[in-house]
Amino acid sequence: MHPILKMTLQRLGLGLLTLFVVSLIISGAVEMLPGDLAQEILGQSATPEAVAAMRKQLGLDLPWHERYLAWLGDTMTGDLGQSLASGREISNLIGTRLGSTLFLAGLAAAISVPLALTLGIMAALYRNSLFDRGVNVFTLSAISFPEFFVAYILILFLSVQAGWFPSISNIGTDTSFFEQIFRTLLPAFTLTAVVTAHMMRMTRAAIINLLASPYIEMARLKGLPPNRIIVRHAVPNALAPIINVVALNLAYLVVGVVVVEVVFVYPGLGQLLVDSVAKRDVTVVQACSLVFAATYILLNLTADVLSIVSNPRLLHPR
Amino acid sequence: MMQNIWKELKKAPLTAWFGMVVIAIYIFVSIFAGVLAPYGETDPVGFEYEPWGGDFLLGTDNLGRDMFSRLLYGAQNTVAIAIVTTLLAFFLGGVLGLLAASLGGVLDQVFSRIMDVLMAIPQLIFALLLLTIFGTSLINMVLVIAVLDSTRVYRLARAVAMNIVVMDYVEVAKLRGEGLWWQIRHEVLPNAMAPLVAEFGLRFCFVFLFIAALSFLGLGIQPPTADWGSMVRDNATLITFGDITPLLPAAAIALLTVAVNFVVDWMLHRSSGLKD
Amino acid sequence: MTTGNRDVLLEVKDLRIEGRSGEEWNEIVHGVDLTLHKGEVLGLIGESGAGKSTIGLAAMGFTRDGCRISDGSVSFEGEELVDGPQEQLRQLRGSKIAYVAQSAAASFNPAHKLIEQTIEVPLQHNTMSREEAERDAIALYRRIQLPNPGEIGFRYPHQVSGGQLQRAMTAMAMTCRPKLIVFDEPTTALDVTTQIEVLAAIRDAVEQFQTAAIYITHDLAVVAQMADRIMVLRYGNLVEESDTRSMLSDPKKDYTKSLWAVRSFQKAEPFAGKPDMVPIMEVRNVSAAYGEVPVLDDVSFAIHEKQTVAVVGESGSGKSTTARCMTGLLPPKQGEVLYRGEPLMPATKDRPRDQLRHIQMIYQMPDTALNPKQRIRDVIGRPLSFYLGMRGREKTERVRELLHEIELEPDDFIDRLPGELSGGQKQRVCIARAMAAEPSMIICDEVTSALDQLVAEGILRLLDRLQREFGLAYMFITHDLATVRAIADEVVVMKQGKVVEKGEKNDIFKPPHDPYTDLLLSSVPEMDPDWLTDLLDERAAKGMTFEQSAGN
Repeated sequence: MHPILKMTLQRLGLGLLTLFVVSLIISGAVEMLPGDLAQEILGQSATPEAVAAMRKQLGLDLPWHERYLAWLGDTMTGDLGQSLASGREISNLIGTRLGSTLFLAGLAAAISVPLALTLGIMAALYRNSLFDRGVNVFTLSAISFPEFFVAYILILFLSVQAGWFPSISNIGTDTSFFEQIFRTLLPAFTLTAVVTAHMMRMTRAAIINLLASPYIEMARLKGLPPNRIIVRHAVPNALAPIINVVALNLAYLVVGVVVVEVVFVYPGLGQLLVDSVAKRDVTVVQACSLVFAATYILLNLTADVLSIVSNPRLLHPR
Repeated sequence: MMQNIWKELKKAPLTAWFGMVVIAIYIFVSIFAGVLAPYGETDPVGFEYEPWGGDFLLGTDNLGRDMFSRLLYGAQNTVAIAIVTTLLAFFLGGVLGLLAASLGGVLDQVFSRIMDVLMAIPQLIFALLLLTIFGTSLINMVLVIAVLDSTRVYRLARAVAMNIVVMDYVEVAKLRGEGLWWQIRHEVLPNAMAPLVAEFGLRFCFVFLFIAALSFLGLGIQPPTADWGSMVRDNATLITFGDITPLLPAAAIALLTVAVNFVVDWMLHRSSGLKD
Repeated sequence: MTTGNRDVLLEVKDLRIEGRSGEEWNEIVHGVDLTLHKGEVLGLIGESGAGKSTIGLAAMGFTRDGCRISDGSVSFEGEELVDGPQEQLRQLRGSKIAYVAQSAAASFNPAHKLIEQTIEVPLQHNTMSREEAERDAIALYRRIQLPNPGEIGFRYPHQVSGGQLQRAMTAMAMTCRPKLIVFDEPTTALDVTTQIEVLAAIRDAVEQFQTAAIYITHDLAVVAQMADRIMVLRYGNLVEESDTRSMLSDPKKDYTKSLWAVRSFQKAEPFAGKPDMVPIMEVRNVSAAYGEVPVLDDVSFAIHEKQTVAVVGESGSGKSTTARCMTGLLPPKQGEVLYRGEPLMPATKDRPRDQLRHIQMIYQMPDTALNPKQRIRDVIGRPLSFYLGMRGREKTERVRELLHEIELEPDDFIDRLPGELSGGQKQRVCIARAMAAEPSMIICDEVTSALDQLVAEGILRLLDRLQREFGLAYMFITHDLATVRAIADEVVVMKQGKVVEKGEKNDIFKPPHDPYTDLLLSSVPEMDPDWLTDLLDERAAKGMTFEQSAGN
């Protein structure tokens, strides 16, 4: 078998295994609840019969592996169970919110990826210049800011004082596409500020590392023009590290939405998760965690696979 | 020795100096918060949302407590909790990482795979899940964050130690017949210190922001303890009136993280930049 | 030798180069003059820190990051390169001045096929069409005797062996038929048998196309084969310059003489063994493997008191693995290791402290063999307290004695950190640490190969003296046959995990040899400028093809 195919399959297998173990952990979380879930739902005053009936309804009387398999089967078919707090179908709760969250993350990615790559590559090419140093101080600060700090600063200036954007991202089903983009911009900017700083620093480091390699020196000693050195000699080898940087930061973005959604009261998955944690609504938290974890794992997996595929040494084995 | 340190310090860039001064001020404030604060940490001393000036330097909060005093107490609580959590994470991750690298073999494999799985779940999500189950108390939060963050420490400690245990001087100690603990204590640890100290700074920043985020979400440090994250949350409505008071605790968080990051950046640059 | 002379190709005058350390600039090349005529090969020779490579690159108007030309001029065919416009320098590089780097494996771009990289320069300068360039590249591959010249260019760098890559890089330098090629230690990273093929290919190509060359190396014997004229450099200064033959036969300066003399060192008292002696250490039918990969196959030899046994072979021959079996780091699969006739436990951790004490090791890289955070006092003191139970003043006194023994002033060195020592001093401290255990034998793993020749010679002399004084046995692992000639009593030749030949040194160095020993011995360059020519003639007469003669 071609080594690239082999390695890719290995990574995919490993990714699936990770997903499986993670689903085990998340589904097993209920087992770790101190006390009994049925009791928890019904409260201390419930009769033993009512508790027993609830246990049966929740399947708590079954051995854990059967319960896990049943849960896994349900989850695969899109049935995520009911909310403990409200009794509503979780799949309904999550459906539109997941879309909104992905929309927000996607918008932030669309702004931050090109921005970060451009700035990162420029900082690497003009290393130790005033621009590089300035960018370094700026990104270090941006990384250090809590997300809600960035969010409130943006609200203060762009919303309260300038009045350009709403401070609350009120998105409903009837909102038009452009209106939706407009109302999502402020949270997206917040995410962009944080992610761009990370991504830029990583891009810069990857490029500097690359430019120090002997084959780049050789290309310069061959008298090649600078643009050819970059395009022909640096870029093909830079792809793998850059793809990695982007995927890692996208994974970070998906999680970063949680706080930002709360600040802007953005109707996304993160908001739902935080509310449910406060209410100790275990089943909803479980479902949300699974969605977030799966997205995160898949993005990391993509990064792995893409960097294998773009590695020239693996592309052309001995 | 002292002269050398001074010589290094004199060469430090402006950002690092800024960072060190800020950290010193924070340490001072958190130690003497009780002396410096004009009012008690949890005493309602005025009306809600009183403006700046007068009796209350920075006004009062949503329950009529003095904002300035709570900011000072916040330094004590927030910073101390973050440091304790980071120390715990470091102890756990550091010991396991050094052991895994020094022993290798099955133990290393088992530890590393467990850490891989723990790291496959995003930290914030995992923390929220665990806090739902165990409840949102201070102790639970500290333990959960320490365990989750120890995975990153483990990874770094193991990687650093891996590079050291392949050195010939460790082989020399092995061939001499030294025990494992002696090897770790005398050969590995002294050489792993520099990257680990820098990592401590970075991990502290991360933990500090993490706790702030949880507290901001209402799932971290619980009232009535003065804490910067929850202070932002409690007073956030003022923003919509153009009042920057709730930004103060947020800025306090940001300033300390910036300061630590500047110092760490300088340390990392110094240890790696000697070559170029 | 004036600029007006039309035979002059390159003229460097009062070249000064500075290197940056921290925020300061220090001069590292202090006003060097150099003249190169058309078609001439100039050897630049010197130890590390001599500034050879820096000068070589400056001849192309190039400095690495963190270096700058602070003064002087470099003129190539009358054109000034220092501070010349970048565009003009680019036109020159690759087409008129080419460069061959030390590590071809790192200097070829892993993302492109060899031929793509070979023909890049002519295509850029529009001197050839793509078909012409490819045809020419294949012809060059053939010229430098690469196997399958028509096909090899279509491989990627990591699919080709190190020696072949180094030749391909020479071909790449040749594509525009430059007037000057700078060779920067092109064979340093290669085994001796591979080195021959690269040397032969380079010399042939340079002669064929009448190219002038600057050949940078630290190896005198190599430069003797390649250069018409030699410049000896030290600490960024020119020491001496003359044509190769007179430089070899009649060096003027003391430094040059001492460099030349390194190779004349001989062990003072050859080993005189008695037939019934019990060997200090014996390796008996040892086989070993890393996991499933076998690395040693039935290795046997013995080492006696006051005897030096040299184990020689190329990389991958199993020399160091043998040492790992002896120390117990890699327990053998079969066979045993005996100490004074007693079998040793296979694994280090099972051996009693007193046995461990008697077998000490010294490593190739003194930098990694010393803990950078331990002071010399503690480095040498630890074995004293660990094995001999010494404490306090007694221990300090012994450390001072040992420092004295290795010719380092105790007051000056005892409280230093390894980072404050030179390479040779570090290696001496490693020797002192081994001696502190009061061992009966020391395994020396390539102990001189990371050191400059003069320093290496000092280490050999020290080891020789210690052997005489304390009756030590040495196992000397090395790939350098000059070292073997200097210090060995017995030689064990290894290849691919097997002992090919073993015996007394003089027997090994005298024919008839095992074919591999013969190849190995004959491949070691000698100071005679005609050595390479004679060797190639001899091998051709025997009917060996190029690749065969190179051991492939």
